[in-house]
Amino acid sequence: MALTDLPLRVVLYEGPGATPLATDDRFAAVRSLLEGGFGVTRSGAARPVPPVDASPLLVLGRWDGATPVTESDTRLRWGALDTATVTAQAEATRAEFGAPATGPWKPWFPVIDYDRCTNCMQCLSFCLFGVYGVDDAKRIQVQNNDNCKTNCPACSRVCPEAAIMFPKYKSGPINGDSVSDSDLNREKMKIDISALLGGDVYSMLRTRSERATSRFSKERDADKALAERQKCLTKLAALTSDIPPEVLMSLPSPDEIARRATEAAAKGRAALAAQSN
Amino acid sequence: MNPPPSGAPSIIYCHCQYAQVVPPDVKAAVLRQLCDSGLPFEAVPDLCELSARRDPSLRRLTSAGPVKIAACFPRAVKWLFAAANAPLPLDCAEVLNMRVQSADEVAAGLISPVLNPNVPLGKVTAADAPAPAPAPAS
Ligand code: SF4
Ligand code: SF4
Repeated sequence: MALTDLPLRVVLYEGPGATPLATDDRFAAVRSLLEGGFGVTRSGAARPVPPVDASPLLVLGRWDGATPVTESDTRLRWGALDTATVTAQAEATRAEFGAPATGPWKPWFPVIDYDRCTNCMQCLSFCLFGVYGVDDAKRIQVQNNDNCKTNCPACSRVCPEAAIMFPKYKSGPINGDSVSDSDLNREKMKIDISALLGGDVYSMLRTRSERATSRFSKERDADKALAERQKCLTKLAALTSDIPPEVLMSLPSPDEIARRATEAAAKGRAALAAQSN
Repeated sequence: MNPPPSGAPSIIYCHCQYAQVVPPDVKAAVLRQLCDSGLPFEAVPDLCELSARRDPSLRRLTSAGPVKIAACFPRAVKWLFAAANAPLPLDCAEVLNMRVQSADEVAAGLISPVLNPNVPLGKVTAADAPAPAPAPAS
């Protein structure tokens, strides 16, 4: 992301030259800006706020006189605060500056706790979607978080150190809660998911689906076949703890899985070999 | 913007906008009390989203020295910042956890000028951790 891609920063100004906001108005303005995906600074003297950087700025206030005017070639705009339209004001300024828009993607991606990670490369060898890679020093890192399957915490289950977090996951330690010994043992017990997703789950799926296909091909009932597949996937999701059925549903073909698994394992082996050189 | 009074912690509030993992009533009550306090603060829609995009504005958030952050688990917050090449100042950062603490506890912690650093120091410093991956192409 280049500096010019910094998001719009909205500042609520209540200092000299402006009338302080009623607390209800302040709350309404901040909440609606946040819900619209905009970061807000409420400035003042009692505590520091992060300094001005290259982000485009929209400064809003209830000005005592006319709203200040700035040259159009700066990345700063002033506005009169209206709590009812504040998000629309921010959106118009964001669009004017071409600043990035946020949402609606749910930010679901692995975050590595390097205090715990031993660089064993199991996550790299496991992930079929190329989320992981290594840096120049051959340390594991998350490289393509957009490829991660929303709500799927499968790779955190294969990490022997419980070092992979998904902050928006429902429970600990995957959500970032501290890791206990019993968590660690539990995580270790789940390690077979790696083998499962790499092959067994798919072969189970295929067997069930073949059985279902032959049964339903007689009935020529595509809906029932689909329902059976869904049932099978739901059972598999239960078997693999909390991997969403839609994620299992979106697994690539068996050949493609085999190809990606070989590729991921080779990447993991190469990274491990580079560590020992 | 005003120069920081030396030593006073800045305040960052995360609205956890793109998933409801923080109870909506807790985050609304924390934000309400923050607005009522009259203190300056920085509010972000979703720290996870900023980290996922390796957003350079995270560096701005950590550049004002001592900091209090209302978000979720300190371990997650520590590594979300680190992943975006904006490591928290571990010896002077306090994370209030809206997933497990009450709104009153979180708000009182934010508003208090006393800082209780609680981010795990760990065995790895920001300098030891690998360089963050490049920003996604989007
Ligand atoms: S599986 Fe866990 S310990 Fe191993 S490299 Fe991945 S994050 Fe690190
Ligand atoms: S850092 Fe925690 S509170 Fe903030 S968006 Fe991420 S999960 Fe939600």
